[in-house]
Amino acid sequence: MSHRTFTHLDALESEAIHIMREVAAECTNPALLFSGGKDSIVLLRLAEKAFRPGRFPFPLLHIDTEHNFPEVIEFRDRRVKELGERLIVRSMENSIKQGRVVLRSENQSRNPFQSITLLDAIAEFRFDACIGGARRDEEKARAKERIFSFRDEFGQWDPKNQRPELWSLYNTRTHPGENMRVFPISNWTELDVWEYIEREQLQVPSIYFAHWREVIPRDAGLLPVSHLVQPKEGEHVEKVMVRFRTVGDMSCTCPVASDAKSVSEIIAETAMTRITERGATRMDDQASEAAMELRKKEGYF
Amino acid sequence: MSVVENFGLNRAELLRFIAAGSVDDGKSTLIGRLLHDSKSIFEDQLSSIARTSNKRGMQGVDLSLLTDGLQAEREQGITIDVAYRYFATPKRKFIIADTPGHEQYTRNMVTGASTANLAIILIDARKGVLTQSRRHAYLASLVGIPHLVVAVNKMDLVGYSREVFERICNDFAAFAKGLHLSSNIEYIPLSALNGDMVVERGNNLAWYEGHTLMDLLENIDIEHDVNTDDFRFPVQWVCRPQTEALHDFRGYMGRIESGSIRVGDQVTILPSGLSSRIKEILLYKDSFEDAFAPQSVTLTIEDHLDISRGDMLVKTGEQPQMKNEFAAMVCWLSEQPLDPRRKYIVKHTTRVVKGVVNQIDYRVDVNTFNHETIDFLRMNDIARVMMKVQQPIVFDGYARNRATGSFIIIDETSNNTVAAGMIC
Repeated sequence: MSHRTFTHLDALESEAIHIMREVAAECTNPALLFSGGKDSIVLLRLAEKAFRPGRFPFPLLHIDTEHNFPEVIEFRDRRVKELGERLIVRSMENSIKQGRVVLRSENQSRNPFQSITLLDAIAEFRFDACIGGARRDEEKARAKERIFSFRDEFGQWDPKNQRPELWSLYNTRTHPGENMRVFPISNWTELDVWEYIEREQLQVPSIYFAHWREVIPRDAGLLPVSHLVQPKEGEHVEKVMVRFRTVGDMSCTCPVASDAKSVSEIIAETAMTRITERGATRMDDQASEAAMELRKKEGYF
Repeated sequence: MSVVENFGLNRAELLRFIAAGSVDDGKSTLIGRLLHDSKSIFEDQLSSIARTSNKRGMQGVDLSLLTDGLQAEREQGITIDVAYRYFATPKRKFIIADTPGHEQYTRNMVTGASTANLAIILIDARKGVLTQSRRHAYLASLVGIPHLVVAVNKMDLVGYSREVFERICNDFAAFAKGLHLSSNIEYIPLSALNGDMVVERGNNLAWYEGHTLMDLLENIDIEHDVNTDDFRFPVQWVCRPQTEALHDFRGYMGRIESGSIRVGDQVTILPSGLSSRIKEILLYKDSFEDAFAPQSVTLTIEDHLDISRGDMLVKTGEQPQMKNEFAAMVCWLSEQPLDPRRKYIVKHTTRVVKGVVNQIDYRVDVNTFNHETIDFLRMNDIARVMMKVQQPIVFDGYARNRATGSFIIIDETSNNTVAAGMIC
C-alpha cells in the first residue's frame, strides 16, 4: 500500500466534503450561501469535490446588500456561469422597499440587516439548511458554534442550548419552520483557506490582491472611498497600496496596507500577521466585545 | 518553491486534543500559554484581554481570558460548553476542544473528546491526584482517546520539586492500571504561569529530561490513531448524473472510515451481503489506484447492484458484525432523563434507525468506578445498556473502530441529541 502523506489540508478537505454530503442526504431543501468572498469560493470547490460528476444537490444563494464591491459581484456571476449551477439572489433593497429593513441613514452599514433578508429568503424557498463559509477562528462567538448550528423558527441561535456534536455523527433534524446553518469549514483558519486556494489554484476577486486605492484613515482602520464613504470634516483621503482580507459591505469593510500581489504572497503575509482578520477589517465587530454574538443570536450567518 | 513549502506548512498534519482540568488547575492559562508562546495570539486579541484584565483590577495580562467566549461567560467569569481553538507550528496544525470543568463536565468532556487524538490531564502539583483526575482519565479511556498526557502544573508553587512530581506520577500510574488505555501515559512537570516546559524548557526544571508539552504535541505518532486494518465505507450519497455522457454512471460517495482500498479489491455490500470489485476510486478530477482512511472519495464497482445510503462497503474477508441487539456504554447528555418506555432515533454511521434502551446493566460512578444498579438515566450518567434497534446495523466494537462503533441517540419529539453510545 502506498503511503501518501495526509496533510492537515487533506484532513480538513475530507471533513468538509463529508459534511456537505450529510447535508445533501439528510436535509430536504438545502442551499449554499455564496457571496463571491474567499470562504464561499472554497465552499464551491468543496461542493465540486463532494458531488461531481453530478450536479450540486442545492442551489446557490446570495444575500446581496447592494453595498458590494463591483469586482466581487462580477466575479460571483462569472464563477456561477462556469459551474453551470443555479444562483438565487435576494436583495436587501427589496427588504428596505417592503419596510422590513429600516435604515437610519442611506449609507450606514448593511451587514447587520442581512439577517432579515436571509430569513425572508429561507421562508420564501422553505430552505431547511443553509451551508455557509463561517470559521471558528474568526471570532469568539463562532468558536463555540456547532458545525450543524440549529436555528429556531425565528432564525435565532441559542448558544447555551446547542445540541452536543459528537464524532462526525451530525444531528440534522429540524421541525418545519426551523432550520440549520451548516459550516463545513468551521475548523479552517484564514491561513488554511489561502493555502487551499493556492493548492487548488482557485480564482478570487481582484480586490484580495494589493492595489492602489483611495482610503480615509478613520478610527484604527482605512475606509475605502466610494459613493457610500466620503471624508468627513477634518478627514483626508490618501492613496495607499492595500488589499482586502474580507469582502463585505463597502461602507464598513477596511483593507489593510499590503504589497501582496499573489496568493503565495498573501499566504506569507497571513502566516506572519499579527492582527486577526475581523479585528483588522470589520468596523461592525469592534462595536462591542459581544457584537458578533448579539448579531448571531438575531439570525445572522 | 512556493512560500508554503518554504514554511513547511503544506506537510503539516492535523492533531486534535482536549485539555481536561478544572478552572483552578490553570487549564485556561495553559492553553493561553500554548497559544501565546507559539505566537498564535494576535495583537488585537492581546490588547482586548489586556483591557479586560485591567478592568478587573488584575496585574499583568490574564492569559486565561483568551479562551473565554460568550458574553454570559465574561460577565460571570465562567466557561460554558465546548469552544474550539486553533494554532499551528510548522510541523502540525492543532485543534483544541476546550471544555469547562464544572458540573456538566462529563457531557462536555465526552463531546470534546470524541474526535480527539490526545488528552492532556491537568493536575495541580500542590493537590496531587484528585477524584476529578481519576474521572478525567476514566472518561478519556471510555471515549478511546489514543494518547494521554498527564501535565503536572503549578510546579512553581512546589519549588519545582522532583519528589512531588514523581509521587504524583506514581499515584496516577497506580490507578491508571485499572483503565483500558490504548497507549502509554506521558508525564510532564510544568508551570503554565511561567511557561516552564510548555513551549520553552525554562530554567527551573533542569532535572527533567523528557519532552516539553509542545515537543510531544508536535511529535507523538498519530498515524495509527485510525484503524488501518478494516476497510469500512458507509455510503453517504449515490451519484447518478443520468446525463447522456454518464448515462450508466453510479458513484458511491462517502468517507473511508478505516482501512484502505485498492482498485480491483473485492468488496461486500452490507447488509445485503452481495459482492463486487472496485472499478474506480475518484474524487472530482482525480482518479486513484488506492485510498485510505480518512479520505472522502467516490467509488464505482464492476457490477450493477442496488446500493443506497446507509449501506456499508467492506473488504471481503474483513467482516464486521451485523445485529439488531448489542451492548453499549452510553453517556446521557440531555436534561430530559431516559424514558425506557420510549422509542428513540439512533444514528450510526450513515444509517438512521429506531431503537430502544432495552435494559440498563449498571451505571458507572465516575469517581469510584463502582457499578450501581439503576433503572433510569440522567444527564452526565454513564451506563452499560442493551440496545435494540429496528433493523440490524453493521458495526465493530468501539475499541476496535471509533467510527463504526459509535452512535448517537436522538429524541424524536424534541430532535435533541440525548445520548452518545459506544458499542461494546
